[in-house]
Amino acid sequence: MEPERHPMDDLLREDRLPHIWCSGCGIGTAVTCFISALLKSGLDLDKVAVVSGIGCTGRVAGYIKLDSFHTTHGRAIAFATGLKLANPELKVVIFSGDGDLIAIGGNHFIHAARRNIDMTVICVNNFNYGMTGGQVGPTTPVGARTTTSPYGCFEHPFNIPYLAAASGAVYVARWTMLHVRRLERSIGEALAKRGFSLVEVIAPCPTNYGRRQRRRTGLDSLKYYHQKGVIKHGANPRDVDIDLDGEIIEGVFVDIEKPTFSDFCQEGLSRAMGNRGP
Amino acid sequence: MRYWRKPLDIEGLKIPRGNIQILKERCKGCGFCVEFCPQHVLEVSEEFNSKGYHPPYVKDGDGCVSCGLCEMLCPEFAIYRLEEEREVQVL
Repeated sequence: MEPERHPMDDLLREDRLPHIWCSGCGIGTAVTCFISALLKSGLDLDKVAVVSGIGCTGRVAGYIKLDSFHTTHGRAIAFATGLKLANPELKVVIFSGDGDLIAIGGNHFIHAARRNIDMTVICVNNFNYGMTGGQVGPTTPVGARTTTSPYGCFEHPFNIPYLAAASGAVYVARWTMLHVRRLERSIGEALAKRGFSLVEVIAPCPTNYGRRQRRRTGLDSLKYYHQKGVIKHGANPRDVDIDLDGEIIEGVFVDIEKPTFSDFCQEGLSRAMGNRGP
Repeated sequence: MRYWRKPLDIEGLKIPRGNIQILKERCKGCGFCVEFCPQHVLEVSEEFNSKGYHPPYVKDGDGCVSCGLCEMLCPEFAIYRLEEEREVQVL
């Protein structure tokens, strides 16, 4: 009898499993969907690089057995930009959390989207800084209780799809981690897209966020997604704000074509330098 | 269900069936697979793994149609299925 082996173990660093994510956390499901989409996409796995920042989701690069890069806090996109420019053949995937990409890495995020650098960003949004103990993050909805907002959050949150679409991303989608098949397909489309593509994955954080919103287990959050998730493809990203306990509008919001940074680079350089160019 | 005749293409038809495999030591007992299985094939077991979680067990293996939802939804890479096929039976 063969030893028991999960079919995705070929793409996982098995010696590091079980991973550190809590029981009921949604990041593992997002990784499963990514691996499944990657296998279906038919990309050359030697030419795929996964870049992560810091945080719970920042651990993803350490668990995926591809060329992976665990970078400093918030700088995942900055490192990935360098990676892409140095080796344009690579398919660069950034797998990080909302605290890493949107808070400390916010400027890298909007400028990578503005330049339309050919990369795929998978942003796992759990509405707080989970790893450090559940503090208010840039995506925490108004009124949500966290360790640093015991009377409810007083700040307006970022609407990540709107931010990405306004900055110039060519593909913007949002799914909860409950909608695994749709999420998988969306990640596949994002991988196939030329330009800056963003997939936001809403994931439960039972230990630090859900517990304080009376969703004590991951299962409670999933039931909430099941009840309040509304699929609206092509919705205006302006209207997809997430309220505390409100509807979560999901779907593919933006899917357009635009020349990428490397297109402009190649065209401009060959025009300026003629046959002397690179 | 009773058919008035044998379907002509019955030789070519197979019903997909999943043989569910659970890696008990990886499970953290979140219960996603048990809750969302469309065929209610899985159930939380009484037994413990070495970390003290209750892994699921296959309650009704014949009900599985190999949809793969448990495999996709599991955050721990702890459940997968071996695809099998079943003959169509005419009563």
